[in-house]
Amino acid sequence: MSLKSMIKLALLSTCLTLSSASFAKDTGYIFVSSEKDHSVTVLDGKTFAVVKTIQTSERPRHLAFNPDHTQIYAACGDGESIDIIDIAKLEAVDKIGNIEDPEAFDLSLDGKAMYISLEDDGALGILDLASKKMTKEIEVGEEPEGVLTHPNGKTVFVTSEVANMVHVIDVEKGEAVADIVVGKRPRRLAITPDQQHLWVTSELDASISIIDLTNNTVLHKIKFEPKGFRREDVTPVGIAMTKEGKTAYVGMGRANRVAKVDVASREVQDYILVGERAWNVSFNADESLLFAVNGLSDDVSVIDVASNKVLKSVPVGRVPYMALVD
Amino acid sequence: MHSKTLMLSGLALLISTFTTSTRANESTPQTPSTYVIGYLELDAAIDKRYSDKQLYAKYLGQALGRPFAGAEVALKEVKYHGKALGLNFALEKATAKDSADLGTQLETLKQKGAKFILTDLPASDLATLAQSTRDQELALLNISAPDDSLRQTDCQPNLYHLLPNYAMQTDALAQFLVSHKWQSVLELVGQLPADDQWAQAFERSAKRFGLKITEKKSFVLSNDPRERDQNNVALLTGGDQAVIFIADSQGEFARQVPYHTLKPNLVVGAEGLTTGAWHWSWERHGAPQLNKRFEKKADRAMSSTDWAAWMGVKTIAEAVQIKNTTDFKTLTEYFTAPDTAMDGFKGNGVSFRAWDHQLRQPLLLHTHNAVIDRAPLKGFLHQINNLDTLGFDERESTCKF
Repeated sequence: MSLKSMIKLALLSTCLTLSSASFAKDTGYIFVSSEKDHSVTVLDGKTFAVVKTIQTSERPRHLAFNPDHTQIYAACGDGESIDIIDIAKLEAVDKIGNIEDPEAFDLSLDGKAMYISLEDDGALGILDLASKKMTKEIEVGEEPEGVLTHPNGKTVFVTSEVANMVHVIDVEKGEAVADIVVGKRPRRLAITPDQQHLWVTSELDASISIIDLTNNTVLHKIKFEPKGFRREDVTPVGIAMTKEGKTAYVGMGRANRVAKVDVASREVQDYILVGERAWNVSFNADESLLFAVNGLSDDVSVIDVASNKVLKSVPVGRVPYMALVD
Repeated sequence: MHSKTLMLSGLALLISTFTTSTRANESTPQTPSTYVIGYLELDAAIDKRYSDKQLYAKYLGQALGRPFAGAEVALKEVKYHGKALGLNFALEKATAKDSADLGTQLETLKQKGAKFILTDLPASDLATLAQSTRDQELALLNISAPDDSLRQTDCQPNLYHLLPNYAMQTDALAQFLVSHKWQSVLELVGQLPADDQWAQAFERSAKRFGLKITEKKSFVLSNDPRERDQNNVALLTGGDQAVIFIADSQGEFARQVPYHTLKPNLVVGAEGLTTGAWHWSWERHGAPQLNKRFEKKADRAMSSTDWAAWMGVKTIAEAVQIKNTTDFKTLTEYFTAPDTAMDGFKGNGVSFRAWDHQLRQPLLLHTHNAVIDRAPLKGFLHQINNLDTLGFDERESTCKF
């Protein structure tokens, strides 16, 4: 159970290789960051009622657990900090400051370092969490966005929205070893459990580029064409892949849908109607529920994975960014 | 062809001209070559749009400074775009001391290897320059002249437009007014030729979207009591209208129209609510990051002409990245290809219209400090691309290359 509870997001799929030595509280809580309210809303995992609203520094966006699920790191863009939320107390207890405009990040396998996209600097920062010091900045294309640690722990992938690229970073060397051109405005990443393929969403290309990691080339593109929408209204951003790597769910942005994709056949099986500008998507612990965060309708759609139906829409803060489920 | 368009710097250029062509073709990514993008402008003493007095006033929708800073911001964003070809992009700026000097300055840029040249020029100078170079392997990218004439009778095969023209701007405004059912409009027009162009564009948009122009009046910028029926805002605005549209390309009269009207009318056009390619208060599609980068570079807010210069560099670099070549014809074909969708940080992908080389793009309807809406507005549909509800659609185009 503790192993299961650790893996909520494709972004955190790296944790698969860790042992189950964790102290998860299994609260079942859903944490939702809201860019304009400077808060993280905590929802009950069963009733979806608001348990608490945690005040953070300005503009919290990406959220991730520490390895033992006692804390959450929240990247606060305008607060220029990583806030640290204590899950037992449900409040921000500490912060790492002086980080210019942090957005997305991932952790090293041991949880000691944070790899963070620094939008203003056009760099991937390596932050040592114990000393709270930025130990290195690796130059990448402008507006770096999605970050994913490879399960081997040695490689980090980062997208550059402006360069239309995925940079493959060798952490030890501290440099990009490959720059792969993908669809326009690449945003988020997921790696298949066999570690063969990297899936990258492209917001302005209405597509996912699938990269073959054996040779770092784009192998295939999945185009999203929900009925009744023009290409410019289909803006995929968030992605969540099941642990077994069977199904991927992708937020369609302005098309107000979540796409369900069969990973093996790369076919889109369904488009599920959600709220406005569905960006990030995340599973609960047993992957029975999917949470789609709707940035322009200030709510979260709770999707029953078995039936692909929306069970409920839950109002949260202004301009919600992502959900993280304990 | 490939090596021809590469600009090798300094000594390397001398060497390559004396060796066989194979050497240049084999140039490896280890020794990056420079790909020069040209930038042509008029001296600030000549180009009144950027006079100190004009910039100081910060008239709504007008330039807040010279747009070169936009091109510089873009240059940093495209540092990886030429990587696969081993290219670094560079900007070369030439400033002509007057209109007669433009040809010479253009030659200088061409000699430095520039095939794509951003032009920050008034319409008359640009029309002459484009006409005289129309048969050359050269693309002029207009970043600051909104004149409809450049897209219609004066269009040229080598001329591309990043800035939205008057017709696009007034279509966006008309869509907004119709959406709000504010359909009766008093039209106020200044004495300058550009005012007249703007007014004509608005009249075309009014007809197209079903606005009713209750009356058209010309205003004069004066204090002469004998001209009070034309210089007194209250006397000008006594009619029965929902909205006042004002065509004032210079801006000084327009800024005194709101609050001096006889009735509590809304003002649109050169004051109140205007339309543009960009505004610093735009917050979506990556805009805050771009605004921040620009402000860091230029120490001022980003405006429409800055965006146009930024977009100009981006279109060239993006074409090079996507087509993986510097072949001129391939790049310009990409500009107008039906499936091209470049990122303008305004949502919809942008591309050049094949029939007049105008960049189709969303427009921002904005006040002095807020974006109120984005055009095309909801419900204004087009059979191919909704962006073509703004400006000259193919069937209306009188451009013949």
